[in-house]
Amino acid sequence: MSEPKEFYETIAGCKVQMLRGGKGAPLLFLHGGGGAGVWLPFFKTLADKFEVIVPEHPGFGRSDMPDWLDNIGDFANFYLEFMDKLGLTGVNLVGTSLGGWIAADLAVRDSGPLRTLTLVAPAGIHVQGVPKSDIFLWTPEQTVRNLFADPAMVEMALKRTPDEEERRRQMKNALTMAKVGWQPRLYDPHLRKWLHRIDVPTLIVWGDSDKVIPPAYGPAYRDLIPGSRLEVLKGCGHLPHIEKSAETVALVTNFIEEAK
Amino acid sequence: MEFHMIHLMPFADLDLDYDKSHNSAWVTLPNTYYDPAKGAKLYNRYIDELVYADQLGFDGVCCNEHHQNAYGLMPIPGVIAGALVRETKNCKVAVLGRALPLLTYPLSVAEEYAMLDNISNGRLIAGFVRGIGAEYHSTGVNPAESHGRFHEAHDLIIQAWTKPGPSRYEGKYYHFDYVNTWPRPVQQPHPPIWIPSQGSRETIEWAAHPTRKYTYLQTFSPVEQLRRFMGLYAQQCEKYGYQVQPQQLGWATPIYVSDTDESAIREARPHIEAFYNKFLRMPIEMLLPPGYLSLASLAAVGDKARAAAARPKALTIESVIEQGMFLCGSADTVAQQLEHHQKEVGYGKVIAMMQFGTLPHDLTKRSMELFAGKVMPRLRHIGENTAPVVVEAAE
Repeated sequence: MSEPKEFYETIAGCKVQMLRGGKGAPLLFLHGGGGAGVWLPFFKTLADKFEVIVPEHPGFGRSDMPDWLDNIGDFANFYLEFMDKLGLTGVNLVGTSLGGWIAADLAVRDSGPLRTLTLVAPAGIHVQGVPKSDIFLWTPEQTVRNLFADPAMVEMALKRTPDEEERRRQMKNALTMAKVGWQPRLYDPHLRKWLHRIDVPTLIVWGDSDKVIPPAYGPAYRDLIPGSRLEVLKGCGHLPHIEKSAETVALVTNFIEEAK
Repeated sequence: MEFHMIHLMPFADLDLDYDKSHNSAWVTLPNTYYDPAKGAKLYNRYIDELVYADQLGFDGVCCNEHHQNAYGLMPIPGVIAGALVRETKNCKVAVLGRALPLLTYPLSVAEEYAMLDNISNGRLIAGFVRGIGAEYHSTGVNPAESHGRFHEAHDLIIQAWTKPGPSRYEGKYYHFDYVNTWPRPVQQPHPPIWIPSQGSRETIEWAAHPTRKYTYLQTFSPVEQLRRFMGLYAQQCEKYGYQVQPQQLGWATPIYVSDTDESAIREARPHIEAFYNKFLRMPIEMLLPPGYLSLASLAAVGDKARAAAARPKALTIESVIEQGMFLCGSADTVAQQLEHHQKEVGYGKVIAMMQFGTLPHDLTKRSMELFAGKVMPRLRHIGENTAPVVVEAAE
């Protein structure tokens, strides 16, 4: 099993941190509001078949906070430039939550560098009458309890105490999350108008117990992206790649292989 | 020394047991807790109290702005200020509001303040604030844009008052091709500007700048913080090459005066405890949404303070008096405390909150009379031109 290497790249004047590991077709993972920087079991397993690239977004974790960052479009354009600069083509793009929103927005702009698109509980749209939770009013404990469906997973996550460095990164992540997602809350009213432009095979994954973005958003996304497929994981919260890591790896791997 | 009376106009008839089922008097407390029949009486009572302050010889009266809460019922402070400029005769009228970043059309503040300044014939004091964190939950305005929007809105309003119109404003958040505010203010170049704050380095550096020299108000803070932030302001003035003047510094704090210290504590106890424990109650997530403070300021707030705020303990009247978050006692006691802190900190303005929480009208009125009759005259001579002691500011 390949160990990841840590890299820094400066793109659009912004130095970003990334982890890279594995061999094969490129798989670019775009993280959610909680950030990245940890080589999760999900990445380890995927790295058996793919070259997995996990950057921390501009404004998150160890990456710079660029002056130009205001909205999701800035992230989308950044990652188009990122793939260009790293010479990545035929990319399997996987985005979760905030990262799923970025991935969808990017694919609407230019799907040229992409081979497949996987959206895991993506933000980005609003379904009338189906509110998302107000994540910004949750205490840290409520956040953990609401992110996972499995009580054992909750207890395990609650036992972790972040060190000072990590606490600083969490505050930075929360600030950037607010910057791009506070209003309209976690969506862009204009995105849904153009999702039909996405012309690469698309998989959508949702947990049936997602308390951040309700599972009703899954079919809505599916109906907006032509030819896309929705997979719903039972007993799973907002973070399928963590809570149901093996199942999510299997879904993503099979989907990419079928798309050949 | 100048003396102003500030009112928050709380919903004093609030069912104080609300916190058995709700975690805050802000943002999410159902507005069914508000009783319009009682509220209608409260508004008129509160306006009467401010008008009475003018009659008692206070230098100014101040209204305030907060949204969607039981703590203060002035979401549109200009409504109250409009009544005050007509009903008061001599005193200044300060709006401490307006929360500029919450507005999509900040020129409305240039208009509103100019109208008030005209109707009062030059008695308006213009307050500019960012609003507290809860406001950003209530209005949906992005807290991460708070500083940027505040500075742009401020520059836009000053431009509207000082640059012959029509002029153009080109900002990131605000862009107007026709800045041409009618009416223009009576006070030229513009009304005096006050900046209430709970202490932020960015705000202090900005307010003290030689092009502004705005009056900085420290609001409802322990004396330790009053010392620290007024010290910072004074230091900042020195960095800019001038000495802070007392009139640049104001202390906003709840005050209660009675015949003796004992009777003051007895009478004020339930009302000040309700103020701090019930009306101000909110979780840290509501008070400090991400982006409201810069990462540097957030780090400076400190983990300890954040942890304490996350697990609020009920405050007692004894603890808030001890921390200097409440001046309470006989006229002698209150005058001595104000004088003592003035010598130390150097403020030239006291912004007295004479009604707080559930304090009823009769006690409010008597405390105001004792304050105006026995405290104010004793302190008039101080804080005029004396240079303040520059306190060693903690970083």
